[in-house]
Amino acid sequence: MGTYLPFFIFAFILFALGVGLIIVNNFLGPRRYNPEKYIPYECGLDPTGDARIPFRIRFYLIAVLFLVFDVEIIFLYPWAVVFENLGWFGFVEIFIFVALLLAAYIYAWSEGALQWE
Amino acid sequence: MEWSSWYSIIFNFILMVIACLVVAGIGLLHVAYLTYAERKIIARMQQRLGPNRVGPRGLLQPFADMIKLLGKEDLTPSGVDKPIFWTAPLISLVCAGTGLALIPLWSKFVLSNINVGLLFILALSALSSYGVILSGWGSNSRYAFLGGLRASAQVISYEIAMSLSLLSVVLMAGSLNLQDIVKAQLNTPYKIYIIPQIVAFVVFIISAIAECNRTPFDLPECENELVAGYFVEYAAMKFSIFYLAEYFGMIVMSALAVTCFLGGWAGPFEIPYVPFFWFLVKLYLLLFFYIWVRATLPRYRYDQLMGLGWKVLIPVALANLFVTAVFKLIL
Repeated sequence: MGTYLPFFIFAFILFALGVGLIIVNNFLGPRRYNPEKYIPYECGLDPTGDARIPFRIRFYLIAVLFLVFDVEIIFLYPWAVVFENLGWFGFVEIFIFVALLLAAYIYAWSEGALQWE
Repeated sequence: MEWSSWYSIIFNFILMVIACLVVAGIGLLHVAYLTYAERKIIARMQQRLGPNRVGPRGLLQPFADMIKLLGKEDLTPSGVDKPIFWTAPLISLVCAGTGLALIPLWSKFVLSNINVGLLFILALSALSSYGVILSGWGSNSRYAFLGGLRASAQVISYEIAMSLSLLSVVLMAGSLNLQDIVKAQLNTPYKIYIIPQIVAFVVFIISAIAECNRTPFDLPECENELVAGYFVEYAAMKFSIFYLAEYFGMIVMSALAVTCFLGGWAGPFEIPYVPFFWFLVKLYLLLFFYIWVRATLPRYRYDQLMGLGWKVLIPVALANLFVTAVFKLIL
């Protein structure tokens, strides 16, 4: 716990700094009410409809691909740390593991999941 | 427990807090002067003078900016999702800056000597994308929403390339502790990992620039398409906290590159009484490189950006990882 404590103290200092700056800003800054100011910015036009517009399915696809790769990397990190003790056995084993994921990656690529136009 | 041991615990705790405050203060000073350096260097590269009014050679400009921003109206537009809108800048700041606590600044000085330091920094940089996504979602503006979407896709794509490039370093050092990584580098014949791991270094720098949303990968902000991207609706201090987070992120990423590839605190010879000298020299060189890139390169197109991340950097980093593994087994 002793070595983790400074990390959390540091995080708290930054958090307190951010909150403190916003509070000071709220005291120092002026408050002049004008309804025009509170309209969401859209280059001078009045915004119509919901701001949360439908977005492309590609973003979702990227997120799914990211999950697959991220899990792969989580498995690779402990492997890299103990690599010296595992030797060729560990190498071949992880090669098979990565090759399986690589097959999925190539499939996704050939199906056009990485194609942005 | 004995009274004396209680005293020593409290004393250590106070010492720890003071050390954290000092490092945070120095980090903030670096952030302030990084903004100044960026404006000055880019101005010189474009044959302008840059800020030169406040103080000698404009040296007090960061403080003038800070005071100005503190005196602005803290505007919350109508229709925003208030809790999200308020927490997003704080998430950005904390996640971008806390990595500094894990970097070994000197052989005898690191705030938090954690065994999984590298993993912690990667986790923090992944979490900082939440600030971007939430501010884009909570702002009730289409520009912010599109910027947030683009930013999240970009950050998670380059996250993979970055983790894979650092994996080769972990493989060579056999540890996730940042201090052990530096020591392992000093034990190798070439002293720094940039020589055997030049491919990983290039991949890391490219993805670090993309992670920090810097030019040429600043599509989430993209001044002339999305006005400012995910933080259009923010004003005054909340706006500048996003800037603080961006520059803090740059410093932490550069410090990580110095630690993992450039040999950390070690230098060709010892400078007496200035223990952090070599670390800072390497850090400033990398930060200058960031600014130089911004002044030189035009912005990428979005499909080129995603293509570079997924079709070039990830395969290259994976291949580099396996080449490193084979070399390590043979030698």
